[in-house]
Amino acid sequence: MANALFNYILRLADSTIILAQRDAEWTGHGPYLEEDLALTNIALDLFGRGKALLEYAAKLEAKGRTEDDLAFFRSERQYFNAIITELPKGDYAFTMLRHAIVDTFDLLLYSALMSSTDETLKGIASKTCKEIQYHQRHSFAWIKRFGLGTEESARRVSDALEQLWPFTDDLFDQAPAEVDLINAGIIPDRSSLKPAWQNHILNLFNEVHLKPNTEAFMQSGSIKGIHTEHLGHLLAEMQALPRMYPNATW
Amino acid sequence: MISEDDVWKCLEQIPDPEIPVLNIVELGVIRKVQITNNHVTITLTPTYSGCPAMKHMEQEIQRSLKMFKGIHLKLETVYFPPWTTSWISVEARNKLQAYGIAPPEEETERKAALWGVESKIQCPRCKQQQSKLISQFGSTACKALYQCQSCMEPFDYFKCL
Ligand SMILES: [Zn+2]
Repeated sequence: MANALFNYILRLADSTIILAQRDAEWTGHGPYLEEDLALTNIALDLFGRGKALLEYAAKLEAKGRTEDDLAFFRSERQYFNAIITELPKGDYAFTMLRHAIVDTFDLLLYSALMSSTDETLKGIASKTCKEIQYHQRHSFAWIKRFGLGTEESARRVSDALEQLWPFTDDLFDQAPAEVDLINAGIIPDRSSLKPAWQNHILNLFNEVHLKPNTEAFMQSGSIKGIHTEHLGHLLAEMQALPRMYPNATW
Repeated sequence: MISEDDVWKCLEQIPDPEIPVLNIVELGVIRKVQITNNHVTITLTPTYSGCPAMKHMEQEIQRSLKMFKGIHLKLETVYFPPWTTSWISVEARNKLQAYGIAPPEEETERKAALWGVESKIQCPRCKQQQSKLISQFGSTACKALYQCQSCMEPFDYFKCL
């Protein structure tokens, strides 16, 4: 079960830092200064959560690897982030819609983890939940602005939904080994989160006249470390410096 | 022999790197000081998960406590209970205000801001209550950006958490 927990924590951490990395790509490129700061701050919150999770994973593994080793010295197939987090940042409508989808999922997941029987997980979840609420408020406000804005902004957010929706099922995939963790009260059953997630996100979509294509083919595979071609490029950039200078400190 | 009081006094000398009018004790990030013989354990909790100032604070603590010879210092980070703006003392709130940062609302139990209820924050300069939220994310993780509708000055608000 220790191994199952390690894998599970890694999965949480990977989704967190990959999304953080995508958000951080907006630093210096935000649509205006306040948004640039907003997204940079959100990325920081996520990197902080990712670091806490990877520290815990490293401790569970107890093989002398540090959180930095886990972040910088694993390749694509050893990453278990939800595929939706690795997709290129796209335009601002895409970035914000992805956030709205993931924030809503994260808020449910980490709220459930606040009653985990694992003290460390419970602590990290309690910390991060308050932050996710701010992130969600921010992303939801943008979706309303896009959806109810101009013809152009509504088209952009609708295009983003078409691209993102097929990756939403992947968020709810569960590894067979996670069943033991669920039974031990350490983690929630992901399928139990789905009705609430659908409810929240479809309500938002209704408000702004967005309709997901429910016929779309749903992509999954992150649980097995299967990804789109985009993750490799992201990791190449994120990991370049520590791989070139393995003992660099800053 | 070093006492807990000595350590607390020493920690009170360390300013928050981003809001230097507050020290790290007033900010509420020091949760516990424990001393057994010459082993000193200080437990910290971050304000925000990704607060880049935490590392700096840890280094400052290590540097400051060097004045006590022969101690073994250990720093521990805990996430539970999560840091809340309720831990910022009244004196610290007044200091924030004087420094030009609107302090977090008192009624943090309701956490209204977290649920999207926007309240009018008092301008730290002209003290008028007519302000407008510009951005929920300000110059640092813990602040939001407001603009006073009376004197028109923008100001930082230490947001509720
Ligand atoms: Zn004013």
